[in-house]
Amino acid sequence: MAKSRKLSVGRRSFLKGAAGGAAALVATSGPIKSQQAEAPRNGSAPILAKEPDPGPVSSVEVLTGDHPGSDFMVDVLKALGFEYVFANPGSSFRGLHESLVNYGGNKNPEFITCCHEESSVAMAHGYAKVEGKPICVLAHGTVGLQHASMGIYNAYCDRAPVFMVIGNTLDAATRRPGVEWAHSVQDAAVMVRDFTKWDDTPASLQHFAESAVRAYKIATTPPTMPVLLVADGDLQETPMPAGERLHIPKITLASPPQGDSGGVAEAAKLLVAAANPVLIADRCARTPAGMKLFTELAETLQAAVVNQNGRMNFPSRHPLDQSERARAVISEADVILGLEVWDFWGTVNNFRDQLHRTSQPITKAGAKMISISATDLNTRSNYQDFQRFPDLDLSMAADSEATLPALIEACKRLITADRKRAFEERGKKLAEAHAQAEERTRAEAAYAWDSSPISTARMAAEIWAKVKDKDWSLVGGRGWAMRLFNFDKHYRHVGGSGGAGEGYGAPSSVGAALANKKYGRLSVSIQNDGDLMYAPGVLWTAAHHKIPLLSVMHNNRAYHQEVMHLQRMANRHQRGITTADIGTTLKDPFIDYATLARGMGVHGEGPITDPKDLGPALARALDVVSRGEPALVDVVTQPR
Amino acid sequence: MRLLMIAMIASGLAAAQTPAAAPAGNAQNGKKLFAQYGCFQCHGYEAQGGLGTGPRLAPKPLPWAALSRYVRQPAGQMPPYTAKVVSDKDLADIYAFLSTQPTPPPAKSIPLLNN
Repeated sequence: MAKSRKLSVGRRSFLKGAAGGAAALVATSGPIKSQQAEAPRNGSAPILAKEPDPGPVSSVEVLTGDHPGSDFMVDVLKALGFEYVFANPGSSFRGLHESLVNYGGNKNPEFITCCHEESSVAMAHGYAKVEGKPICVLAHGTVGLQHASMGIYNAYCDRAPVFMVIGNTLDAATRRPGVEWAHSVQDAAVMVRDFTKWDDTPASLQHFAESAVRAYKIATTPPTMPVLLVADGDLQETPMPAGERLHIPKITLASPPQGDSGGVAEAAKLLVAAANPVLIADRCARTPAGMKLFTELAETLQAAVVNQNGRMNFPSRHPLDQSERARAVISEADVILGLEVWDFWGTVNNFRDQLHRTSQPITKAGAKMISISATDLNTRSNYQDFQRFPDLDLSMAADSEATLPALIEACKRLITADRKRAFEERGKKLAEAHAQAEERTRAEAAYAWDSSPISTARMAAEIWAKVKDKDWSLVGGRGWAMRLFNFDKHYRHVGGSGGAGEGYGAPSSVGAALANKKYGRLSVSIQNDGDLMYAPGVLWTAAHHKIPLLSVMHNNRAYHQEVMHLQRMANRHQRGITTADIGTTLKDPFIDYATLARGMGVHGEGPITDPKDLGPALARALDVVSRGEPALVDVVTQPR
Repeated sequence: MRLLMIAMIASGLAAAQTPAAAPAGNAQNGKKLFAQYGCFQCHGYEAQGGLGTGPRLAPKPLPWAALSRYVRQPAGQMPPYTAKVVSDKDLADIYAFLSTQPTPPPAKSIPLLNN
C-alpha cells in the first residue's frame, strides 16, 4: 500500500516538471493529507497513518498545466495527415478531445460528432474506400470499443484500413471513483484483437508516436485492415516534462507485396494459352490505378471478366464484362484467375441449402484455378471469414493490384500473332454476349414496372435518370443499380460491408460522402430500412456537418434476408409457412423514415408508394443535396 | 449419391402423382396466397423475379406439370412446399394467378430503361 501511494505521488509530481517544482510538490501534498484525515476504511489505514506528516501547506495548489501529452498526440495525428476524427465523445479521451479542438484548432483533423461508435467506425470504413487511406476514430476503451466492435469487424472482413485510438486509464491509483473504473480495462485491445491487424498500448509519448506511425504503416500495407492504439488517460492529461525531446518518426509506407516472378510467369503462361480464361475480381482495385490495370489485363487477353464488386474493379458497360452471365462463363472456363476473391470456393461451386447441404463444382474438369490474394498473408484463426478452402493450381500470396503490372507485361511477352487473332475473335464473341445480356437486363427491369410496392428495378432506373449526367458516386447499396448504372470511374462505387453486419450502410455512406465532398461528387446511397434502424443518428451527423448525400430508402419493411431464412425453416419443417413475418418485419406500425430524417435535420420525402411520384421526389431531394446538405427519399419497395 | 437417388425417386413419384394439365384455379385467391405463403419473398409480389433470390415466374409460367413438381420437390435452392402445407387446390389458384399476369411493355418503349 505504501508503495502504491508513492506511485501516486510520483504521477502527480509529473505536474512539477511543467508547473514549477516546489509548487507542484506542495500541490500533491494537499489531497494526500486530506485522504489521511478520512476515517479508516480498511486494514491499510494504520499503515497510512504511520507515514510522516508532510508539514503545513505553504503555497497554493497548482491546478493548471501547459502542454498536456494530448497536445503531442494531436501533433502525431496531424503528422499522419488525418483530415477528420470520427467520434462519439468519451471521458477516457477527454484530454485528446480538448487538444484536438483547442491546441489543434479543430482542423486537420476536424472532430466529426457521431452518435454511436459503430457509426464512427463504419463512417471511417466508407471514407477509407473512397479516399484510399484510413481516418482516425476515437472511442472509449471499454464501452466505446464494445459499440465499435461490429464496425471494426466489418472493416476487417472488407480489408479496409481504420485507425482506432481508444482512451483508457490503466493506473488504478489515479482513476476517478465510480464510472471511470467501469470504463477502464487491463488489456483494452483484446476484445477486437482477433479482427484487427495490430494494436499497442503505448507507455510514453515517444512510444505513442512510434506506435502511431507503425500502426498507420501496418494498416495501409495490404491486406489493409483496422489497427488500434490505446491512449492512456494519464499520458493524455499529464503535462509533458519540460525539455523532453519527442520525435515523430518519418512516415514511409511499405510497398505492397507483389507476386513473385515465377508465379507471375506461370500465371501468364496459363492465361495466354487458355481458350476461355475468366478473370474474377472482388476487392482487386485498391486505388484509382486498380481499375485501369485490371482493364488493361482483360483487354490484353480479351478475356471474360466477372466483377464481384468488392471494389470498383471494372467498367460495367465494358464489352468484356460478363458479370450478368458469371455462372455460364465460369462453367466454360479452362483457366480462372481470381483477384482478391473473398470466396473463391463459393465462386466455383454450387452450394445447395436444403435439409442435407450439398455442393458440386460448376467448373469443368481440369480447369486451372489461379488466385492472387493479399489475404493469404494475414489469415487469422478465430473468426472464419476466410471461407472454404479452394482447390487451386497456383496461388500467390500477394496484392493483386501490385501484381497486375508484372502480369500484364508477362502476358504481352507471350502473345504471338496467332494468339492475338484468337483473342480478337474471343473478344468479339464476348462483346456480343455482353450486349445480349444488357438487353435481357433491360427487358427484366420492365416487369412489374408500374407496381406498388415499387420494383427495385424501377427505383434504380429512376435514380439513374436523375444522376447520370452528374459526377456521381454510389456510396451505399448495390442491387439493380449495379445492373442499370454505367460504372465507369474508380469512385463510382465502394463495395459492400465485408462482414454483412447490419448498421454499416447508413454510416459508411455518410463517411464516403464526406470523402467525396471535397471533390464535388454527388454521393448517392440506396439505403436499406433495417440497416438504418441500427443507428439512425448518423442522419443527424450528416445534417450537422453538412455532408451532401442523397439516401434513397429501399424500404421493404423487413429484415428481408431473415424473412426468407425463416420461410425456409418453416417449409423444411412443413409448418407455419404463413408466419415468416414474425420477428422479421418492420410493420405495425410502419416506420416513417421521412419524418425520422426531418427530425434529424435532414430533408425527408415519402413514403413513396406510387412509382409516378418517385421521379419528382428525387428531383426535390437532389436540389437539397446540390446545396450541400443531406436528403432522404423513402421508397416503399418490393422485397428485392 | 444415395441422397441423389432418393431425390430422383421422390421426384419421379411426385411427377407421377401430378396432373399433367393445369387444373382450374382462382387467380384472385392465388394472388393472395402468393403473398400469404411467402412466394413473393423471393419472386416479388408480381412474380417478376427477385435479384439473387428467385427467378421470374410470370407471365407465361412453366407448364403446370413442371412447376407443380418443382414446388413439391425443388432441385435447386427453393424451399419445398409440400402438399401438407400447400394443397393442390391452393397451388392451382397460385398457378392461375401466374398465368393471368400481364405482359409488361417492351423495355424499348420505356425511356428510363434506355439511358
